Amino acid sequence: MLYRTAGQFKTSYEADQALFPVKQDAFLLGIIMLFALVIFPLTASEFAFQTMLIPVMIYALAALGLNILTGFAGQLSLGTGAFMGVGAYACYKMVTLMPWMNPIVAILLSGFFSAGVGVMFGIPSLRIKGFYLAIATLAAQFFLVWLFEKWAWLYNYNASGAIQVPNLDIFGVYVTGPQADSMVQYYVVLGIVALMTMLCINLTRGTLGRTWKATRDMDIAAELIGINLMKSKLTAFAISSYIVGVAGALYVFMWKGAAEPNLFDIPLSFQVLFIAIIGGLGSVLGNYLGAILIVGLPVVLNLLPGALGLSISSAMVEHLNIMIVGSLIVFFLIVEPHGLNQLWRLIREKLIIWPFPH
Amino acid sequence: MLSDIFINPFVDMVAAPDFLMQVLWEGLVSGILYALIALGFVLIFRSSRIFNFAQGIMVVFAALTLVGLHAYGVPAWISVALTLGVMFVLAVTIERVVLRPLVGQPDIILFMATIGITLFLIGFGETIFGGENKQMITAELGIPTGDTVLEPFGGLLILQHLDITVVIVATLLVGALLAFLNYTRMGRAIRALGDDHQAALSVGISLQTIWVLVWFIAGIIALVTGIAWGARAGVSFALEVIAYKALPVLMLGGLESITGAIVGGLMIGILEKLFEIYWGQPLLGGNTETWFAFVLALVVLLFRPQGLFGERIIERV
Repeated sequence: MLYRTAGQFKTSYEADQALFPVKQDAFLLGIIMLFALVIFPLTASEFAFQTMLIPVMIYALAALGLNILTGFAGQLSLGTGAFMGVGAYACYKMVTLMPWMNPIVAILLSGFFSAGVGVMFGIPSLRIKGFYLAIATLAAQFFLVWLFEKWAWLYNYNASGAIQVPNLDIFGVYVTGPQADSMVQYYVVLGIVALMTMLCINLTRGTLGRTWKATRDMDIAAELIGINLMKSKLTAFAISSYIVGVAGALYVFMWKGAAEPNLFDIPLSFQVLFIAIIGGLGSVLGNYLGAILIVGLPVVLNLLPGALGLSISSAMVEHLNIMIVGSLIVFFLIVEPHGLNQLWRLIREKLIIWPFPH
Repeated sequence: MLSDIFINPFVDMVAAPDFLMQVLWEGLVSGILYALIALGFVLIFRSSRIFNFAQGIMVVFAALTLVGLHAYGVPAWISVALTLGVMFVLAVTIERVVLRPLVGQPDIILFMATIGITLFLIGFGETIFGGENKQMITAELGIPTGDTVLEPFGGLLILQHLDITVVIVATLLVGALLAFLNYTRMGRAIRALGDDHQAALSVGISLQTIWVLVWFIAGIIALVTGIAWGARAGVSFALEVIAYKALPVLMLGGLESITGAIVGGLMIGILEKLFEIYWGQPLLGGNTETWFAFVLALVVLLFRPQGLFGERIIERV
């Protein structure tokens, strides 16, 4: 009843192709945006900003980037963490070499570096397929992390080998570094993530997105109907790596504040892959749902023993955490292999026909 | 610069043949362990098309269970038997709880599920046995620990008895496995399932039994590898790096090929050691072993996309 789509007639192709052809969808998004833009920032504590709001956005963006490659173009990649690292290091080099640069511009530019590296490691995908390609992307993962460690120029010859985010401001307001306010950082992240999401939604609806999907579903058939596979796969690698790189820059500059090479090691890649898969491959919304689950779960699990009045050592909580996350991943895969996005789709179908069964 | 890359390493090799032999020997030992892990992986992949990421963690988990049981006061050989029991229970549980509900799902979903199993095993192992590094019970298992010093070409070649044992045991295990696969009913059933799923099912081979069996064999291999590797480096989840090492081996040898796993393992073990000693350390600042195997496999794959021994990929529209 509340979600009834009957009676919303489209009289032109433009109206039918609109971003939100159903009024209720747009209304729902409006409510979510109200929460994201006004209610969360006003009510959230420092703890909530640092453990939930900012990381969820950043992880969702990284997963979105991976989803472009794996979910839309069908090229499985396990090197996401390293590409995030490329973005972060590129951003760090830019703001330290050119301190006058606007940090947001630097973050957006750093994606181009990871896009370049991504295309380079994407070239083998023209010949290698499936799991062979997945392992091939691991070559990028291990090689790049090794490079972050050994190439001292990248971290300005620091004794510690880590990169430290400097204090940077836009018009007198600090946006990065220890002096920045969490709320400001949250708005910057939200802005960039929203921009990227818009970009992705429209890309995946358009020619490029359809080319990717054709490549994913059967690349030989796609080639036969005249799709240039090289162009299709490499653009997927480029755009995916660009978004992942921006997410990496945000990850370090807006959230972590400092980074060592092993931060970008394989667990990060897997975390992002989990988000993309649990959220749903080939979806945009799913990345957000997946990020909320994967980022939120450890936070909740950490708070739980205290709330229940149990005293468990923090090492034990850590171990239990890993165990529970692992079993939940298996659980979600069994219950809904197509991800949370599919779950939402089913709920929406039900809402549309409610209160009738068919 | 060019001579550093193309000439000097070979000059060094010829100048100190005893050192070269030492490097080759160490490469061979780690190569045989890579081959073992890759073998467990290939068995599972052939019979169920599951890209089992958990293989490396099963190695650590088996070693951890063994050491943990012994720490609770169980005699060494009984702990080995008990650990085998645990690996069997693990195989049955994985088949029942994870694989059976996921039959017929896309490959990537099953792959993710094995990563889920990986995380679960890490958490479970650490919860029960603790996360700190432990000593492998080498002496209690009767594994010799001394070394033999040979003097070829007037130099020194140190062979750890432990390594010799590892090479012998691993060779025996591979031999036994090949005999099992080629000459027993069960083994042939596994191979039949690998060749053609539906044909195998239609002649009455039980999918479930075979799956439990291959996961159990993978568990046995994991235990042997775990003991061998644990004796060299101690038992902790840091060992999972060797899990990643099995992946380029598979890529190089081909995901379905048992020969490929063995040849690929030995090749990668030896070549990465050679590269690290003669090129990595002098020119690149060392620690190249983390990526060399992957890049090598990547280059080979560019010329043979199915690996050296993999099934030819035939694509139809």
